[in-house]
Amino acid sequence: MTRFLPFILRNALRSKRRTILTVLSIVVSMFLFCTMRTVLTSFDQSLEMADAARLVTRNRTSLTVFLPLAYKGRLAQIPGVSAVSFGTWFGGIYIDERHFFSQFAVDPDGYLEMYSEYLLTPQEKEAFRRERTACIVGEKLAAKYGFKIGDRIPLKGTIFPGNWDLTVRGIARARTANLDTNFLLFSWEYINQRLGNFGQVGWYVVKLADPNRAGDLSRTIDATFANSAAETKTETEKAFQLGFITMLGNIRAVIYAVGTAIVIAIMLVSMNTMMMAARERTREVAILKAVGFTDRTILVLVLTESLLISLTGGILGTVLARVVYDVSGFTGGGFFPTFVVTGGTMGQATGIAVVMGLLSGAIPAWNASRLKVVDALRHVG
Amino acid sequence: MTGPIIRLEGVTKVYRRGSVDVPVLQRLDLEVARGEFLALMGPSGSGKSTILNLVSGIDTPTDGRVIVAGIDLGDLDASALAEFRSRHIGFIFQSYNLIPVLTAYQNVELPLLLTDLTRKERREHVLAAMAVVALTDRLDHYPRQLSGGQEQRVAIARAIVTDPTLFVADEPTGDLDAQSATEVLHLLQRLHTEFGKSIVMVTHDPHAAERADRILHLEKGVLVESVERKRP
Ligand SMILES: Nc1ncnc2c1ncn2[C@@H]1O[C@H](COP(=O)(O)OP(=O)(O)OP(=O)(O)O)[C@@H](O)[C@H]1O
Ligand SMILES: [Mg+2]
Repeated sequence: MTRFLPFILRNALRSKRRTILTVLSIVVSMFLFCTMRTVLTSFDQSLEMADAARLVTRNRTSLTVFLPLAYKGRLAQIPGVSAVSFGTWFGGIYIDERHFFSQFAVDPDGYLEMYSEYLLTPQEKEAFRRERTACIVGEKLAAKYGFKIGDRIPLKGTIFPGNWDLTVRGIARARTANLDTNFLLFSWEYINQRLGNFGQVGWYVVKLADPNRAGDLSRTIDATFANSAAETKTETEKAFQLGFITMLGNIRAVIYAVGTAIVIAIMLVSMNTMMMAARERTREVAILKAVGFTDRTILVLVLTESLLISLTGGILGTVLARVVYDVSGFTGGGFFPTFVVTGGTMGQATGIAVVMGLLSGAIPAWNASRLKVVDALRHVG
Repeated sequence: MTGPIIRLEGVTKVYRRGSVDVPVLQRLDLEVARGEFLALMGPSGSGKSTILNLVSGIDTPTDGRVIVAGIDLGDLDASALAEFRSRHIGFIFQSYNLIPVLTAYQNVELPLLLTDLTRKERREHVLAAMAVVALTDRLDHYPRQLSGGQEQRVAIARAIVTDPTLFVADEPTGDLDAQSATEVLHLLQRLHTEFGKSIVMVTHDPHAAERADRILHLEKGVLVESVERKRP
């Protein structure tokens, strides 16, 4: 087969512009495919990072309704609970709306211990505990904005109006590479004091002595606060984040639908190209057969050419996606913890390119192999 | 091997055009000896190309037997016919013989790609064939960079590169000027005299036909011998 390769290449490059356009359209479609699938894998990954040994307790009504601070002590007393901490979504604006990143006002005593997968020095932790306006930024966020220890970060409150001036006292590093560090933490005490003993929190994080009892304890916790002013809903951290994600609508289905549509559209384009290319070659196929090429060889030649074109586009698009997202450090404005085109995605894209090549070459290849030499010669000659 | 290179026995060819049968050849018999150079003449539409197509196994008769180089083509399936062509037949058409995206060298190499020859051996064969047609200085030219006569000579080189038993040429000079035509005819004649090849050539040109050992006229499905020529 390799001896036919130069011939196949020549054929593929016969109309350079047409081939380049076809390859480009496949590059674009595979780039989009990789992007879309990476959106999904990044969601899934952020779920996997959630700790099964932690429960999140929030207000039954909605995530946007607070819980009283007094619940902390009551949660800590429930058997099976080994630690309790809390946080609140701050949602402030840094510079302007386009510079979005997650900001949490958290329990200065215990929150950092609860999330031990983020590494901080004892000095950093101590500064965070003592200083009301201290904040900790994740290393990715720090890298993005060039934050250093001692830098001031002014935030404009939305949920909590006013200007909030924070000072960087620590930079959190991730223990494992897949952890998101696009966040800012500051002390909930700052809010509490400024609002004159605010006394409310967004949610509680509850650490379990035994992760296997998550379901059991969730029910116990919610039962404890049943029929009180603020009823609770407790779920694992994973389910909590999943809720966050499904809030964004049924993205998964949309992504699959759009992705499939793009792939099919591009396949039709390249199918058309292959058919056009084949029609122009009727005479040549007849010549090949006249000198002794079998129907099967012709079939393989046309299929290989189509495969070559679509695989070239597929591989280029896939590698491009991988490199672009790696180099740019794209995170969807901090929305995704990481945005890495996985090996699985690259494999799937390549597989789709192969199928695309075979399908778009199938009809012209079949026609060429069926072509009767006499008819074809009469055609032009 | 002895015996005729071509033997047609009661060959009938009927084309169907819609519901109408168009009879082209009617129980035709023909024998061409090994090493013979036969010219086939006749009015347009008389069935000359049809005979060449039957002989080279790219068309099948409605009835009768076609035996070439001792092989009954009726016994062969499609892929065996392809193999038969690559071994026994050298084609030269009236025009557009070459693949436009391939150089002269690559065009001549094409039939060799179907053999077991190594790259180096293929190169030797191609160079030898191009030397016969005196075009070794045009190896890297594309068909569009060649004159009509040169194109036909490359086509001849491609036909001889596999050293086939029988050459089949359908109006090989039909599109050429007088001088190129003479060159091409001269080449065919050399294949015949120097290399002892069998040739069947269809032509409308009586001068071209004179190069052959024998001229047959096809008229209304019947072959008529016009002149028996002596070998020069
Ligand atoms: N595939 C086909 N379907 C229908 N009729 C055909 C087909 N092929 C050939 N014919 C008819 O058969 C007859 C003989 O055709 P052929 O090509 O053999 O003639 P020819 O002698 O080579 O003519 P020319 O000198 O013009 O090349 C013609 O009338 C042609 O129309
Ligand atoms: Mg003809």
